[in-house]
Amino acid sequence: MANVEPLIRVRDTWMSFPGKSNGKYVHVLENVNFDIRAGEFVCIVGPSGCGKSTMLNILGGFLKETRGEVRVEGAPVTGPDPGRIFVFQENGVFPWLTVEQNVGFGLLARPEGEREQRVKHYIQMVGLTGFEKSYPRELSGGMRQRVEIARALAAEARVLYMDEPFGALDFLTRLKMRNDLIRIWQAEHKTVIFVTHDIEEAVQMADRVLVMSRRPATVQAEVVVDLPRPRDLDAPGYLEARDKIFSIMGMDAHGGGAGEPK
Amino acid sequence: MSGSSGNGKGAAVRVRVERGKLFLPIGTIILFLLAWDVAVRISGSDLFPTPIQVAKGIKELAEKGLLLKYIVASLFRVSWGFGGAVLVGVPLGLVLGWFRPAFFAMNPLIQILRPISPIAWIPVAILWFGVKDTAPIFLIFLASVFPITVSAMAAVQNMQSVYIRAAQNFGLTGFSLFRRVIFPAALPQIITGIRIALGVAWLVVVAAEMIAVNSGLGYLIIDARNAGKRYDLVVAGMALIGAIGLVLDLLVRRLEKFDEVRWGYGQR
Repeated sequence: MANVEPLIRVRDTWMSFPGKSNGKYVHVLENVNFDIRAGEFVCIVGPSGCGKSTMLNILGGFLKETRGEVRVEGAPVTGPDPGRIFVFQENGVFPWLTVEQNVGFGLLARPEGEREQRVKHYIQMVGLTGFEKSYPRELSGGMRQRVEIARALAAEARVLYMDEPFGALDFLTRLKMRNDLIRIWQAEHKTVIFVTHDIEEAVQMADRVLVMSRRPATVQAEVVVDLPRPRDLDAPGYLEARDKIFSIMGMDAHGGGAGEPK
Repeated sequence: MSGSSGNGKGAAVRVRVERGKLFLPIGTIILFLLAWDVAVRISGSDLFPTPIQVAKGIKELAEKGLLLKYIVASLFRVSWGFGGAVLVGVPLGLVLGWFRPAFFAMNPLIQILRPISPIAWIPVAILWFGVKDTAPIFLIFLASVFPITVSAMAAVQNMQSVYIRAAQNFGLTGFSLFRRVIFPAALPQIITGIRIALGVAWLVVVAAEMIAVNSGLGYLIIDARNAGKRYDLVVAGMALIGAIGLVLDLLVRRLEKFDEVRWGYGQR
């Protein structure tokens, strides 16, 4: 396997934005390096505003890195790709379409029979059977995120880029969404890159957690979470991984220390 | 999910609110008519009509066959002028909202033309089109094309970028991006612009008919005044204009109830 290129390869990647005044640049990413293998579930954590979303947007093709090498599926990223779908925190479900029209959005070129079958399958997978004809405004926030995930899966996305997708949900819904996402990921063998500022969330789900530093951000550490799923949140291995990330970010697990994220 | 079920108390409150929606405005109108009637009687005016006289005037118009004729004439002009404004304004606004260079090129001109009252165009319209139906239709078109264009333009510019990004992620470009995402995302605000424009169009048709033609509700008002100070018919014309304006607005409001656009109007 040593010579096979990983699914995602980020090398020496920098990102700067023009600042608000006096022609200075704001350096957001500095010398970021990581690899992600096909089928992995990787979480990216870091302090608020550190640039982890920026990194995800570069992977998704919505932003272009200032310099460096960003290769996904064997080629440099030149723009968004239907095989690699972004799931937005602010929810990109189209409010003028029903649940089933949203889920079928990426499938219009398919024959009708296949489309209907896929839509039905993925609506069932995310637990929205019975809501096919509902409009997003009639659904809760968690259900709308399920629609967006189903829409990505139905379109046969190989990679899901998830930008704090559960950030706006309440605590219990968030827990349920995490379990369901893991179940779907295990059934579908997708590659998931999941950005969050919630360390617990990352350790509950990920194979591997990339910890980013404050701005200008780089990958500060990588924590492998080699624990069976569903994860026991009291298991020593879980607590160890969690505390390790907290200490890398300069905090203890009870929220003390410097640089507490929002 | 909005899960409030119709329990007894809630249903009772709702019925009371619904009744209030019906009876309160009717009560207000009755009070208004009473006050009007009393005021005319106290003043002893023999020119300004009481509500009853106005109702009789409307009946007289109906019997002469003028009522329907004038209403149809006015609605005909609005249909053409306003319809043309929708056909031009919506695509133009979408394009200006999406393509920045087109916006920079056209927006200043639009903002200069927009504040010119359609009434100011009347002499120009008569010069260009004569005293025919074309002149008021042109004025109505002018009056309604700007609100429609500007609302479509603003709708595209203020659209949540997440919809565009999601659409691009699914590989949509060009016309299919427009048709499947930009247009439906802009539609609620476009309908609001259309509603405003229809109100303006109705205002303008009456003004235009006072000068440029010899039929319609605006003509009725001027004609009734000039041919014998028939103020009962003048006020009848005004009342008809108001009532039809209300009906037109209610019709456009129905567009806002469709599932494809209801998301755009917040919680009501």
